Amino acid sequence: MRKTLTAALWGVVSLTAALGISVIATRRGEPVNALWLVVAATCWYALGYRFYSKFIAVKLLVLDPQRATPAERLEDGRDFVVTNKWVVFGHHFAAIAGPGPLVGPVLAAQFGYLPGTLWILAGAVFAGCVQDFVILLFSVRRDGKSLTAMARSEIGKVGGLVAYAAVLSILVILLAVAALIVVNALKSSPWGTFTIAMTIPIALLMGLYLRRIRPGKVLEVSALGFVLVLLAIWFGQQVSQNPAWAPLFTFTAPTLAILIIVYGFAASALPVWLLLAPRDYLSTFVKLGTISLLGLGIVALHPTLHMPALTRFADGNGPVFAGKIFPFAFITIACGAVSGFHSLISSGTTPKLIARETQTRMVGYGAMMAESAVAVMAMIAACVMQPGVYFAINSPAGIVGVGAASAANTISGWGFPVAPTEIEALAHAVGEQTLLNRTGGAPAFAVGMANIFSSTLGGERWMALWYHFAIMFEALFILTVLDAGTRVARFMLQDALAHLWKPIGRTGWYPSILSTSGVIVALWGYFLWQGVRDPLGGINALWPLFGISNQLLATVALCVATTILIKMGKARYSFVTLAPAAFLVTVTFTAAWHKVFDPNPRVGFLAQAQALAAGPASAANTRLIFNNRLDAAVTCALVVLVALVVLESARVWLGVLSGSHAAEVKESPFVMTRLAEERG
Amino acid sequence: MKWFLEAGRVLLAALQEIFDEAAYARFLERMKIASSVEAYSAFLRDRERSEKPMPRCC
Repeated sequence: MRKTLTAALWGVVSLTAALGISVIATRRGEPVNALWLVVAATCWYALGYRFYSKFIAVKLLVLDPQRATPAERLEDGRDFVVTNKWVVFGHHFAAIAGPGPLVGPVLAAQFGYLPGTLWILAGAVFAGCVQDFVILLFSVRRDGKSLTAMARSEIGKVGGLVAYAAVLSILVILLAVAALIVVNALKSSPWGTFTIAMTIPIALLMGLYLRRIRPGKVLEVSALGFVLVLLAIWFGQQVSQNPAWAPLFTFTAPTLAILIIVYGFAASALPVWLLLAPRDYLSTFVKLGTISLLGLGIVALHPTLHMPALTRFADGNGPVFAGKIFPFAFITIACGAVSGFHSLISSGTTPKLIARETQTRMVGYGAMMAESAVAVMAMIAACVMQPGVYFAINSPAGIVGVGAASAANTISGWGFPVAPTEIEALAHAVGEQTLLNRTGGAPAFAVGMANIFSSTLGGERWMALWYHFAIMFEALFILTVLDAGTRVARFMLQDALAHLWKPIGRTGWYPSILSTSGVIVALWGYFLWQGVRDPLGGINALWPLFGISNQLLATVALCVATTILIKMGKARYSFVTLAPAAFLVTVTFTAAWHKVFDPNPRVGFLAQAQALAAGPASAANTRLIFNNRLDAAVTCALVVLVALVVLESARVWLGVLSGSHAAEVKESPFVMTRLAEERG
Repeated sequence: MKWFLEAGRVLLAALQEIFDEAAYARFLERMKIASSVEAYSAFLRDRERSEKPMPRCC
């Protein structure tokens, strides 16, 4: 009886998922309520978790509840700690959920809501969640080893070296893109800049409070920091309206870029407790709260999507970034569907906290699903805006012109009617001088979020406050990625250089800290500078580069996973990791080909360099030509590196399958768990 | 009611883990010392020595 009821329940869930997806996929020319996306996504995730992740857990990985995990075997009360599965879930989700799932869908919305949403749903269930789950489990079975260490031991030295280079490159490009998004969100915005500037003294105050007044009370001080940030948002409005104060916080993009580069260097070189940790806590506090609030807001308001399912920009001539749906939609949305960066978290702290192998399913597969749901919310936030307004915010001046009249004229000509007064009124409503040409996705997301929040709480009067709350939330989030990422990259560089000269590897030695921090900041700072000087808005060149490098890292992770599966004797199920790896290779290699060799100057780096070379000679042109050629070289280098990993992995797979290569997995030996529950 | 209390406890434990309060509590237990300004400084030094920074995803 119970079995029949369960089957009937899953039948209803399947039918609802099919209905939801068919509604969002087939409706044309009539408004679609955002709730359809929520219903389709919820049922789809439920089916993916119940059936696909169970299949992986039972058939491929053969999760063993009796096998002791490193958290139990190596428990030291510091890094290795047996932890409640829901606690690990929260910890893992807080680490993987960054600005990517918010920004990527907003940018991809230029194709319409449909392509991005379908990729988020399918990508998460068949690729992203799978990657996070299997890498987590394989790391658990190897004493919590990192992805690069697993690549070295399972694929060989080439695999390890390429994985290392891929991680370092992706970090540098990610940091540049993250910084560029903040710059574009804060340029000519005294309100936003003041609020974000205030988070630095607030974080320092939190650090001192934690250290001197209430040692270790992080939750308490984070709540206090949150109240101070809300006050900073409120004061920001006064600052922006004050003729004496406003100019002090009004910066151009290049000035903001320099300030962020200096900040990145300081955050990497200063002691963690002083600035980095308090800001990280504050950012996490705001992040978890805002994501929950946004989810509730969407369900309560269930807004109508104004963006069509598909726009004319599927042809590759989009103003937000150039390139056709295939392959560009798949590299624009990374974190909500599949993100190589997650494999670093899945083989970082999380495997050292897992109490039982069986929990890797819920933590690895489940947390990525939650992240994917955040991406769906971001897609909704972008698509509830009028398309004309969306394009006015996200299009660079090089495409739509600099004034509201010119932008309205161009955008209306594309079939998305918008009046100059509408653009100006919106800027006024959110307390900004202008919202035009705010490329990068963050301001558009902030407008969407402010729309949703102000419709539920506070009405029109609160629109400006909600907008700046959203900007603060995103910038805080991104600056945290910048802080931690610069530091991680600095440690990686110190590790690598220590092979050449031992003292440089000493993480507490200041000459080493300063020099390696300087190198990392200079690397991402260079790309950032290139982005802010780009007449096409920077995002057009850098976001695809980031997407390509992130998805290439996912390819490396999936190659490592496939190698381990084949060595485990599970070759017939290797399609689970091999199919997404093959898809990602196709997508990233095609995207890389277009970004380097496409004859359209808006898409291809070399074509753009050639077009610039044909124009009038100037110092600015020479720099742009060099930058385009550098971007082309970086893209080619990344592709060659990953091609090496794929070939090296394929050599190992064929060797194992033909019997010429030992099928030896480098797992830690089996030890029976002593934990009482769930024992056989 | 019992379920809500349990859920609240787990949520608080998750927040304490995310915000490193749990790590500090474990440190105090491991070192067998009480919370103080000096203990928290020692905890921060211990973490800075023992751990590479945790990446935050994009």
